[in-house]
Amino acid sequence: MRKFTYLVPKTLNEAISMHTSYDGRTRYIAGGTDVLVKLKEGKIGPDYLVSLKHIICQDQPFLNTETGELYIGAFMTHRSIERSSLVEHQYPILHDAVKNIGSVQIRNVATIGGNLVNAVPSADGAIPLIALDGKARIYGPKGDRLIDLARFFLGPGQCEIQGAEILTEIIIPRLEPRTGSAYIKHGRREAMELPMLGVGILLSLDPDMATCAKARICLGVAAPTPFRALAAEAYLRGKSVTEDSLTEAGKIAAGESRVRDSIRGVAWYRREMVGVLVKRMGLLALERARNMELNM
Amino acid sequence: MSRDITFTFNGNLLTLTVEDHWTLLHLIREELGYTGTKEGCGSGECGACTVIVDGAAVNSCLYLAAEINGRSLVTIEGLAAADGTLHPIQRAFVDHGGIQCGFCSPGMIMSAKALLDENSHAAEPEILEAIAGNLCRCTGYVQIIESIKAVSGGEPEGPRVVAWRGDDPHPRS
Ligand SMILES: Cc1cc2nc3c(=O)[nH]c(=O)nc-3n(C[C@H](O)[C@H](O)[C@H](O)COP(=O)(O)OP(=O)(O)OC[C@H]3O[C@@H](n4cnc5c(N)ncnc54)[C@H](O)[C@@H]3O)c2cc1C
Repeated sequence: MRKFTYLVPKTLNEAISMHTSYDGRTRYIAGGTDVLVKLKEGKIGPDYLVSLKHIICQDQPFLNTETGELYIGAFMTHRSIERSSLVEHQYPILHDAVKNIGSVQIRNVATIGGNLVNAVPSADGAIPLIALDGKARIYGPKGDRLIDLARFFLGPGQCEIQGAEILTEIIIPRLEPRTGSAYIKHGRREAMELPMLGVGILLSLDPDMATCAKARICLGVAAPTPFRALAAEAYLRGKSVTEDSLTEAGKIAAGESRVRDSIRGVAWYRREMVGVLVKRMGLLALERARNMELNM
Repeated sequence: MSRDITFTFNGNLLTLTVEDHWTLLHLIREELGYTGTKEGCGSGECGACTVIVDGAAVNSCLYLAAEINGRSLVTIEGLAAADGTLHPIQRAFVDHGGIQCGFCSPGMIMSAKALLDENSHAAEPEILEAIAGNLCRCTGYVQIIESIKAVSGGEPEGPRVVAWRGDDPHPRS
């Protein structure tokens, strides 16, 4: 591997000043599952790697019971999110996604922040967090800012993070009552594959447990960036959630997607599968919302 | 740049000087001379380089040597007893034909060990999950899964028949 100097700051400010003082010749590294692959391939050649691994921060998703907000530290590994029973039971859409990223070996080191900042159209972590209406907290030389994750991705490999800025955490607002959610990574193999398509859906129901009060549908690899199928969401609102209405929502979402041919799959198939999977995940989200209500 | 690091290597405390750009795999094979850990793809896909760091299986090809400072590292050489008696997982791989060409075996066994250390009663779905990041091109995985099951307390004792039920789209065992 090409030579570099490894810097190990203990605080965010230290990391930012290291990054700033070697501007243009520096990369942050968290789990390194992306940075080190690119370094080995010669796609990047930083003189300095600034580690984010030793910055003191939370190591568990944290629920503020007063505000209902869930805080997920950006330096948390996929494995630690997967292992959180809070996430598994209340945010199953996120559990679905992180438990299928790479392998155990990858999940033990790769971070959710690295997944988001990488900003590839196939980032599994992004879809559920957008469907959950998450916000990204970004800390930089000019201080702190919050941005909706739905606006975080600018293009393939491009996101809101600029220069020395660091993504520090994701904040998920309080879940509406009677909410269920689900994510599926669609591919040809069961494991160790980037998604050909990622489909996440979140449904909040009326007290009748049948009518859709709110829907959020987020799609990955269906456009240059993860995006919400807003027309399909609007269609579902106020309707009874059934196989029929979900089939129609799936068709609308398929029409909204800007799929293309790639090595992992062809466009027409991807478009078809958006329809199929929106319905399937919608039914699963419905079932989960109902089960959750039963267990309350 | 280089730096001094201290870590536990297969139970022994080591202090040595590493270069910042070394991977853990490079440190293990080229500097320490322990060649049980294999380099396959070099990019985290194949799992041949799997080692255990602080109890967790990781790909040593995507892990910086500098990051091992203060941690505990176990490689395949750390499993057998001092007198050469194989670890039960190693024994099971030999007994059940889980080893053929042998290239994936160290990584496979380290993934199995990390799993069983955490969950000694792992059942098949957990075993499949634990070795999903380890490629084998010889066995078709069946014997490997059998080997791990033979050690995990999660399965009944005794010989097992591997059969393909025609109605099962994902025949396993
Ligand atoms: C074998 C293999 C399988 C994979 N499978 C999947 C998969 O199934 N699904 C999937 O989505 N991805 C997958 N990936 C991609 C990758 O592992 C993930 O995107 C991972 O989450 C990246 O996190 P990291 O901590 O390793 O990132 P790093 O490599 O450390 O960093 C990635 C990028 O983000 C920057 N960065 C990291 N953290 C921050 C931060 N907090 N603030 C600012 N910048 C930051 C870095 O500078 C770098 O540019 C796979 C990778 C490999 C090697």
